[in-house]
Amino acid sequence: MNETLYPISVEVNGVLRTAPVPARLTLVDWLREELRLTGTHVGCEHGICGACSIMLDGEPVRSCLMYAVQADGHRVTTVEGLAQPDGSLSVLQDSFCDLHALQCGYCTPGILIAAQGLLDATAHPTDEQIREAIGGNLCRCTGYQQIVDAVKHAAARLAEDPLSPRGRGTG
Amino acid sequence: MTIHPHPRPSPIEGEGSSFRYIGKKRRTKEDPRFVMGRGRFVADIALPGMKHVALVASPYPSARILSIRTEAALAVPGVHYVLTGEEFCAATESLAIGVDTPQVTRYALAKDVVRYAGEWVAAVVADTRAIAEDAVELIEVDYEPTPHVIDPEQAVAAGSPLVHPAHGSNILFHRRFVWGPVEQAFARAEHQLALRVRWGRSATVPIETFGVAAQWDPGQQMLDVWASIQMPKYPDQTARALRLPGNAVRVHYDVDVGGSFGVKRGIKHTVLVGYLARRLGMPVRLIEDRLENMRGGDAHGPDRIFDMQVAFDRDGTLRALKIRALDDVGAYAGRAPLQLGKPVSAICGPYRVAAVEYEPTSVMTNKTPQEAVRGFGQSPTNFALERALDHVARHLGMDRIELRRRNLIRKDEFPYRIPSGSSYDSGDYHTVLDKALAAIDYPALVAERDAARRAGRLGGIGISTCLEPSGGNSAFEPLFNPKNDTTTWMEACLVRVDLSGAITGVMNTSSSGQGHESLVSTVIGEVLERDPAGIRVVRADSLSALPSNSPVGSRMAIMLGGAAAGAARKIKEALIEIAAHNLGCTTETIEYQDGNVAVRGHPGQRLTWDELVAIAHRKYHQMPAGLEPGLQAKFVWEVPTGGALPTADGVIQIYPCYAFETHIVYVEIDPQTAKPSLRKYVCGHDCGVMINPDIVHGMTYGGIAHGIGAALYEKFAFSDDGQLESGTFMDYLIPSAMEIPAIAIVDHCTPSPLTTFGQKGSGEAGYLGAPAAVANAINDALAPLGATIETLPITQDALWHVINAAGTDH
Repeated sequence: MNETLYPISVEVNGVLRTAPVPARLTLVDWLREELRLTGTHVGCEHGICGACSIMLDGEPVRSCLMYAVQADGHRVTTVEGLAQPDGSLSVLQDSFCDLHALQCGYCTPGILIAAQGLLDATAHPTDEQIREAIGGNLCRCTGYQQIVDAVKHAAARLAEDPLSPRGRGTG
Repeated sequence: MTIHPHPRPSPIEGEGSSFRYIGKKRRTKEDPRFVMGRGRFVADIALPGMKHVALVASPYPSARILSIRTEAALAVPGVHYVLTGEEFCAATESLAIGVDTPQVTRYALAKDVVRYAGEWVAAVVADTRAIAEDAVELIEVDYEPTPHVIDPEQAVAAGSPLVHPAHGSNILFHRRFVWGPVEQAFARAEHQLALRVRWGRSATVPIETFGVAAQWDPGQQMLDVWASIQMPKYPDQTARALRLPGNAVRVHYDVDVGGSFGVKRGIKHTVLVGYLARRLGMPVRLIEDRLENMRGGDAHGPDRIFDMQVAFDRDGTLRALKIRALDDVGAYAGRAPLQLGKPVSAICGPYRVAAVEYEPTSVMTNKTPQEAVRGFGQSPTNFALERALDHVARHLGMDRIELRRRNLIRKDEFPYRIPSGSSYDSGDYHTVLDKALAAIDYPALVAERDAARRAGRLGGIGISTCLEPSGGNSAFEPLFNPKNDTTTWMEACLVRVDLSGAITGVMNTSSSGQGHESLVSTVIGEVLERDPAGIRVVRADSLSALPSNSPVGSRMAIMLGGAAAGAARKIKEALIEIAAHNLGCTTETIEYQDGNVAVRGHPGQRLTWDELVAIAHRKYHQMPAGLEPGLQAKFVWEVPTGGALPTADGVIQIYPCYAFETHIVYVEIDPQTAKPSLRKYVCGHDCGVMINPDIVHGMTYGGIAHGIGAALYEKFAFSDDGQLESGTFMDYLIPSAMEIPAIAIVDHCTPSPLTTFGQKGSGEAGYLGAPAAVANAINDALAPLGATIETLPITQDALWHVINAAGTDH
């Protein structure tokens, strides 16, 4: 199929990526199929489940509801970009492991993005704020309890360590 | 080291706190790769040259296919093939059916007729999924609509359209079981009542849809399969349907499955993709999109009408039950009818009931087929039982908790045999109930509800006391199909210690979030007294695997845990034999600690783990006679209490172990909008010894959330003209963190006497009691209005109508 290709230039996890893409290619398909960043998952492709959440210029968004061409000139962080620069787990990722805030791991990247977005903006979130922040991310395994606990745990750990206020890498 | 022909359960190894690793808080093996985004799900697997499938779906619930025109689709650049049912059904076998209905054939693609809206009619293979979808739009199918039936009661009535005319009826299975003197008990009981409750069609709906990729190797004549699968006998059924020898299909189990809870049984998808991969000589994958998953993925859950009759005395003593269950499995049979069979395992719940009549009917309609859902039919049954209990209490004017206390099996009555043949292994139901009541401060909760009512709000407390049969066996198969004489559902594990002294456990199935790698490493570490953090767990493929029946029926803590322990124990025995031989003493005098050995009373006479491993791997001259070199052991374990066929009158022990859960939930319903809010939630839970408490708690929280969804939100709704009306997440409502309340779990531990460490299953925990408790809470809230709702899900719309019909005073 002879589709017109449009050049895009996107900073993905701190690295500038350029590519020609067809207009109808979604951002999540570009990230997963072209860049092989398969940590971002597809759940519903209609913007409800949140499994495809990424950060666009620091804000959590659905990558299934965006076209890759719309990301041109923007900064994208996926779950692969959440770890600390040395590759070790971010405080949030580590807290998820500490409190077993996941089971099958499929929704987890999107939940981490949503929760990181909250922690970036709110130092001491309440349970209600945490539930609201992850309210657009569906999880079938956990009933959300250990996720709420882990985000609260991460916030407390970050508050104790002023040298690493974000406790994570790029984005 | 040979397999014991009939390995029997061993006594419990240690009690509670005496375990070194079991029951302790430990990080899981699996979590790190998932938080890094480094899971390996089926959609992450890219085979070189892989092609993609998109599907043409029927718009009609029942129609004849007059013609299929594929030329325009085939002309699209990048399209490789269009497959229709005519070719496919001739080249493959019909999929296996759980009951004895050979005329109810089932293939991935329809041929001549379609039987539900969404059924696949053609498959397009193209370079990309987008191109395949473009081509799907160009395929023209001419249909002639035929009469359809959507309502299960109409489907069993005379004159109904037949979903499979060759079968002669829409009924797949019907039997009336009578266990004990039911009629006598009803005649003698002081009271009886009847009620009808309905469990709505919902499912587990994992966030990952089903996917499968397959590749045919013409040189080896082998089909390699990667799939997001949770299914017993999957490789065998795939091979059988493709007319291949079993050893020509190799399923790779090292694929992370993005949630399943029963439904990830894409056998039809797999046969389709396997056929295409072989036919075209290209790697092919099919990843369902959400609509394909919801409408044509054949993964709906039970859809069940219960007619309950209860005989009881004025003091609340339950005398007998009559349960009629009509279950709508949709347009094809599969394994779904057996979901009426598993509840036989705990047909009277945790209660003493001397006589039970059970009359299950499985019926077909022109709807999406049903698949296994968490609990395999037990949660709907528990819901019906618990609604009946609340009706009895209301009938007698008796407190619901007191009624349950009087009928719950007492701690000193175990093992307790129920009329249908299962022997419940152990339990302390009264204590678990008391602990949950204390945790929620029940008197204060009652005061809170009553204050809410005085203030004009609708407050309700719901209680349920339910069982989770565990240790997944298949004894319901021969119960529902006399031609099926399967009496084993074994599970196995291989443990090996390599030359470096590192330990690896090999399991033989895929996982979908249950933490099996953590389970296996913890159990091996416990037996060998080695830190589980250093123990690796890998998955064999289906051709290098030992037997497995996959993680279904809350079985893996018991079965895989038991198998891993059995294999590790053999390793330990071998180490002790090597030690005794080299230290010149008997095995009885060897003391084993942390993997090192010494002669009792002679601490200087010792061998370290590394020295023992070196002997086993390199120093055959130091090995005792008759011991295999190397250090590896396999153990295949049969389900405890399994191995028997049902009696002629349908008495059979189905599952071995019975976990107990009690739920107490407080709901308030906004009288203006009818929106329900769950304000407090406590679950008392006893699944024996927990291998990893975080994993057990996580699955229980998740099961409760899933149960809340089934009770209040989730429904595969069909219109009268047979269209699925909830094919997206905007219509099929999965509860979010905003709907699910904070949940407190109160643990209790009554070890099972049947399992290696006293563990029971827990993969279905929470889901088995939550819908009942939430339904009871809603009905308690509606009680002042004199109203009840007995149909799940209890939607806000249904509540609004009931509240308004009762008057807006409240």
